[in-house]
Amino acid sequence: MMDPPGVPAALQVLLIAVLVVPAAGAVAVALLPARMDRGARLVATVFAAVTFVATLLLALPSSRDFGWTDYSASGAVPVAPWAEVQAPWVPSLGIEFHLGVDGVSYPLVVLTGLLTLLCCGYTVWKVPAGGSGRTLAALLLVLEVGILGTFLALDLVLFFVFFEVVLLPMYAVIAGWGGPDRRRAARKFVLYTLFGSVLLLLGVFTVVVAAGTGDLLALAGGYGLSRTTQYVAFALFAVAFAVKAPLWPLHTWLPDAHTEAPTVGSVILAGVLLKMGTYGLIRVGVGVAPEGAAWAAPVLGILAAAAIIAGSLVCLRQTELKRLIAYSSVGHMGFVLLGIATLTVTGVQAALIGNVAHGVITGLLFFLAGAIKDRAHTGDLGALGGLRETAPRLAGLLGFAAIASLGLPGLAGFWGEAFAVVAAVQRGGALWVTLAVVAAIGGALTAAYFMRLLRRVTHGPATEAVTGFPAITRPEWIAWAPLVLLALAVGLVPALVLAATSDPVAALTGALR
Amino acid sequence: MTQAVNHVALLPLYAAAGTALLVLIADLAFARFQVLAGIAGSIATAVCALAVPGRPSTFCSGDLCSWITTPRAVLTAVIFAALTIGVLALSTPALRLGLAPRGEFCFLLTCSMVGGVVVAYAGDLITLIVGLETLTLPLYVLVGLRRIRVTRAGASAAVTFFLVSVVSTAIALLGAALLYAATGALHLSALTAGTGQLKSLAAVGAAMIVVGFAFKVAAVPLHAWAPATYDGAPVPVAAYLSTASKLGGVLALAAVVQRLDTGPLVAVLAVLTMTVGNLVALRQTRMVRLLAWSSVAQAGYIIAPLAAGAVGIEAALAYAVFFVVLEFLAFAVVTALRTPGTDGGDLEEYRGIGRRSKWPAAAFVLAVAGLAGLPPGLAGLFAKVAIVQSLIAAGWGWLAGVVAINAVIALAYYVRVAALLYTAPAPVGVHLTAPVGSGPVAVADPDLLRAATQPRVAVARPVAAAIAVAAVVAVALGFAPQAIFDFLNG
Repeated sequence: MMDPPGVPAALQVLLIAVLVVPAAGAVAVALLPARMDRGARLVATVFAAVTFVATLLLALPSSRDFGWTDYSASGAVPVAPWAEVQAPWVPSLGIEFHLGVDGVSYPLVVLTGLLTLLCCGYTVWKVPAGGSGRTLAALLLVLEVGILGTFLALDLVLFFVFFEVVLLPMYAVIAGWGGPDRRRAARKFVLYTLFGSVLLLLGVFTVVVAAGTGDLLALAGGYGLSRTTQYVAFALFAVAFAVKAPLWPLHTWLPDAHTEAPTVGSVILAGVLLKMGTYGLIRVGVGVAPEGAAWAAPVLGILAAAAIIAGSLVCLRQTELKRLIAYSSVGHMGFVLLGIATLTVTGVQAALIGNVAHGVITGLLFFLAGAIKDRAHTGDLGALGGLRETAPRLAGLLGFAAIASLGLPGLAGFWGEAFAVVAAVQRGGALWVTLAVVAAIGGALTAAYFMRLLRRVTHGPATEAVTGFPAITRPEWIAWAPLVLLALAVGLVPALVLAATSDPVAALTGALR
Repeated sequence: MTQAVNHVALLPLYAAAGTALLVLIADLAFARFQVLAGIAGSIATAVCALAVPGRPSTFCSGDLCSWITTPRAVLTAVIFAALTIGVLALSTPALRLGLAPRGEFCFLLTCSMVGGVVVAYAGDLITLIVGLETLTLPLYVLVGLRRIRVTRAGASAAVTFFLVSVVSTAIALLGAALLYAATGALHLSALTAGTGQLKSLAAVGAAMIVVGFAFKVAAVPLHAWAPATYDGAPVPVAAYLSTASKLGGVLALAAVVQRLDTGPLVAVLAVLTMTVGNLVALRQTRMVRLLAWSSVAQAGYIIAPLAAGAVGIEAALAYAVFFVVLEFLAFAVVTALRTPGTDGGDLEEYRGIGRRSKWPAAAFVLAVAGLAGLPPGLAGLFAKVAIVQSLIAAGWGWLAGVVAINAVIALAYYVRVAALLYTAPAPVGVHLTAPVGSGPVAVADPDLLRAATQPRVAVARPVAAAIAVAAVVAVALGFAPQAIFDFLNG
């Protein structure tokens, strides 16, 4: 194993452990006999907890001031991760087992660890109909390996490999434990996202063949790739990640997948899986092909603004609870992509915090929607109503999550959306100011549809469906409380997410100035 | 003129031919132990291939040799031997029941292995074609070899296969003759495109050789024999056809394209093969037909990098190696899930089988995920990555794009068949809902009915072992694909 200079051995072990622990957990859980189903789910939760602790420990060296900006002879600012590990894997294909974590990836890594832990814990309490809980828990751990690997990978081909890992497990989660129309939804999900992945594969090798290396640290800032290569590569990357994120008009797989997926599947999907798209766009798209990004930025910006408006308008007419939340993701991801499209430090930081905030809040919203649907046996907004009367706590939490999602200042959703608009205004020019205005209008529409949601679900006379709701159980509180607290904490102290991002973001976008 | 023959170089061939003789003797002398003799001899062949020191060549005139030991030849010879062992293991249940004459079956299969070894080491076109024929000739018989005729499918499949194959060999031989007439070269390392007036004649010869070999890998539009033959053959023989026979064809194609410029022809064949294969596979309702069409499509991926000429050979062979392992695994599971002697059956018969036969179903998911190029079938993922990388590096980006789009189409049916294994089977039987005494009501317990109509087939031990070994190899290659690349580079 090659030792990157200045990274303590313990940290390297920790980085590998973050991937090996959930993988080992998945194998262990799958091998446990069927009669120990509950025990297996507990084991899975323990493995998820260990992984979460490991992701937290990764932050230790960041408090020390080293490795931030390492000015090399050429004067460029490389993205220096604070922990990395590197070993050759498949030299013939140019694959290095190169992992690392920096300010851009770290919040997402922790979020992944947290959401997987919460979902595994939730599975101990409740297994959705369809298959064994043991298999579901194992699949959640496999998903975690793929997602964490994507966020940690510092090699382009390795990034692609991890990007692919999540496809079939997520398909299995939707198809195995989902709602009545799950097979079609799962198939749509897997075909759409594979379409994105193969474009990513083409883009990856366009870059790797031209540059002769897949090292994301070396490639950051363009690596002197020719203009044409960068254009081609960015076009491929942009479509690939736009499918995953998803960006309007490539989003059509998302509402079906979310509506049919079981609660834990929706939480993982919305909370972290979509972030692979936006993270990839920042790390790989903008990082590797900055000139291509600059060339395509106006198109991305226009699509992002269209996504915000389209998502909001569709939400205003939605009549199904989970579907509405799914479409709201399209709008929120529009804000994130708008931030990225500005290619400014402010914009990308807005995208990063928007990512995390959306993961926390939408994760919470899907947990709540799942709880309501499980109790009422319907997600139809027409049949729900007066939740405030029969289940005031659940209604209160739903209100909190909805208000956080619509971007009330002081809660997590605010920063990403507000600063995406600010960044667009700062970018200047008629186009970007127009986009900022359109996005702001979209923000207002977001408020409108969440208010409509709350009016329909919590207010008014209690309908038959919501009467006799059982109280919120302790496992549910345990699963939801961290998300509620995080939505507050990130809202009050955005530095929690952004503290370590400014330098790496400057390095990623810096090649433009 | 006398030639010094290096017998050490020929050791793998002697071992392979000895295996066939051993089987024959075991059959004549004891009328038993045929499978055992075949397996022991195949192991000996693999060991001999690995043990030959250095890189000896023989049958040389000057620098040009007809029998060349390379790491690539060693690897493929070992794979042929391993596939023979695997197919013998898969056939054991059927042979035990006496569904096919045991001695003849094992003899023919090991003869086919001899052909595979010759193809692996061949250094000139004639040796190559003779090897290829030795590889396929026994298969005509194997496809139709049954004591009890269940359907006519086997016989008609054998005849189709025989006719198509003979025609393709004739075309390849004619091509070799034209090439020789035009350039005077038959040794693979000396093949040239020819010069002057004879250039076009040489080009026609090269194209005919490619077309002749394309029959063997079932490339579209020369594929029509494959689905019918696979479906009509016993499942283990279909496994051999789609792995060993295809590998032989790929080796032959690779040998030809490395010195001759056949890029456009191969590219057209590749695009047609993968696209048609995948699109037709989407509509299949029978298991072996689906696998057959998917293997047609896979042949398209394999030959795609050959369009780039010599630089694509490593990727093509790497893909072929990964593909052979995964394809064998898929067929092995189909064998395990069916009663011996039956064909692959309809897809519907596999519904919900994963809930009863957990391990075989898991192995099947691994295999089809790999064939689709997705984790957990990491070997298949690396195979696809190798192809795309080599195509982009060689400047054939558009062909890489076609491969990528085809991967998406292919996933649609792979995921359908894998999901089918875990879908709850349609309930059979009638639940008693009418009140008793209100008339005659037919009652049947769904569980009992299911047990009666879909009996759980006990997996024979050799078949289970074959599945286990293939699955372990597939997983190991997924984590250490570099081993194969090292061998192919070596």
